[in-house]
Amino acid sequence: MENIFFLFFSSFSVVFSCVVVLSKNPVHSILSLILVFFNASSLLILLGSEFLAMLFIIVYVGAVAVLFLFIIMMLNIKISALTTSIYRYLPVFFVLGSVFVFEFLMLFYFDLVSLSISNLYLCQINFINDWSSSLEPSNNINVLGQLLYTHYSYLFLLSGVILLVSMLGAISLTLHKRNDTKRQLIYKQIRRDFSSSIKWKY
Amino acid sequence: MEILIPMIYVLILNIFLKSLALIVPLLIGIAYLTLLERKVMASMHQRRGPNVVGFFGMLQPFADGLKLFVKETILPSSANVLIFILAPIITFLISLFVWAVIPFDHNSVFVDINVGVLYVLAISSLGVYGIITSGWSSNSKWSFLGSLRSAAQMVSYEVSIGIIILCVLICSGSLNLSSVVESQRNVWFVFPLFPLFVMFFISGLAETNRAPFDLPEAEAELVSGYSTEYSAMGFALFFLGEYSNMILMSSTVTIYFLGGWLPPIGLSFFGFIPGFFWFGFKTTSILFLFVWVRAAFPRYRYDQLMRLGWKIFLPFSLGWLLFISGILLGFDWLI
Repeated sequence: MENIFFLFFSSFSVVFSCVVVLSKNPVHSILSLILVFFNASSLLILLGSEFLAMLFIIVYVGAVAVLFLFIIMMLNIKISALTTSIYRYLPVFFVLGSVFVFEFLMLFYFDLVSLSISNLYLCQINFINDWSSSLEPSNNINVLGQLLYTHYSYLFLLSGVILLVSMLGAISLTLHKRNDTKRQLIYKQIRRDFSSSIKWKY
Repeated sequence: MEILIPMIYVLILNIFLKSLALIVPLLIGIAYLTLLERKVMASMHQRRGPNVVGFFGMLQPFADGLKLFVKETILPSSANVLIFILAPIITFLISLFVWAVIPFDHNSVFVDINVGVLYVLAISSLGVYGIITSGWSSNSKWSFLGSLRSAAQMVSYEVSIGIIILCVLICSGSLNLSSVVESQRNVWFVFPLFPLFVMFFISGLAETNRAPFDLPEAEAELVSGYSTEYSAMGFALFFLGEYSNMILMSSTVTIYFLGGWLPPIGLSFFGFIPGFFWFGFKTTSILFLFVWVRAAFPRYRYDQLMRLGWKIFLPFSLGWLLFISGILLGFDWLI
């Protein structure tokens, strides 16, 4: 049963990834990208890590893809934009594809224990030696939290700093002071009342 | 194998009947929510409201539904037909999906998953897709502007909603909706977290595109926003989706802050009243607030809406998150 579901979701994700690349209408390709994200999160659920699956949907589908769609709709790209030959992108494809294949081979041939979800349980037991937690079935939020805040706390803080820097960069791009715009002073507006706003002039 | 196949049929039939038992009362609830809204608005305006069809107008929702059902579906010639047809269907389906994890009573929930809170957040954040695609595929300026407004609004208020939910989660110590309710047995979260309750309610108004934040459908500026080009069943599906989202938002307020199916604090002599009654009563009270707000307040301007979301709610809820986690950590009250 699980095999059937795995084949279903993975084949659909491959098909929709092809649609993302080959579709002439950019809106269609974004919509199929969303379907790819959905299939990927279903695969994560099949792996038994429902927390990561939900995060995947919230972050990628709920935030990133909405912004993509927003921008593409506002840019008003014509459907015939794809007139250039596909072969132009062939070298880039080869470079990225070979990197990807190399990473996959690494995954298969080297022992990267900590990367797979099912081994997180093993790590936890080895690290903490808490036998009560190995008796009780703990959910994967607990396991992720215990690993993230103990074993990988430096990496966690580092990723937080990277996000902060990128956020500051995005904000600093939008900051340029203009003097010719009128700004509202909400506090001043609210503070106005009848006696201070109307004056008799004789 | 011969035994296995009938088992699968029974399983499928079980799922089918369960979801039917969830969806049909929900649709009836949506229908009567429209009637409640019109009646309450009417009495606030000192009118009578619908009172012709049926006894006290009780059959009015069905008359409206029938009218929408028999009307002609118009496809604009410049529309992107596939997406144009899919958009209302997506909106309606997504508004139904979330109900799978909402607990109505102790142990009466369709699926009880460990990440229920995240599931509600994830699926309700998808509602924006139906709106944004409908606005784009209609190929009309009113629809497009309405959908852009709606998408920006929903995305920005989701941020503060997420952080408020984080505060509730820290207090309850679980992502499971049933255990969030069970953790309020001693005190409902509305009392310790009252400012968050108010902010969650206002963000819910903005998230469901209700007055005073109904900018996407501002009749004075954009004919009727993203649903301008829709007629008959397409419009009806948008309508149903919107009202289903309203009920959903009220029930999430009930679950996070008002103690779900639990009777009022410590009153054990209410024990003979079943839990689903309390759940429904609380949800209906919040829905009444939704209608009341619509009758009482004028519409916000769009820049004021964005200012409220990003410059007031977001810093304030972040501050509360730090405050609550500090208190819980300091007194060692974390669950």
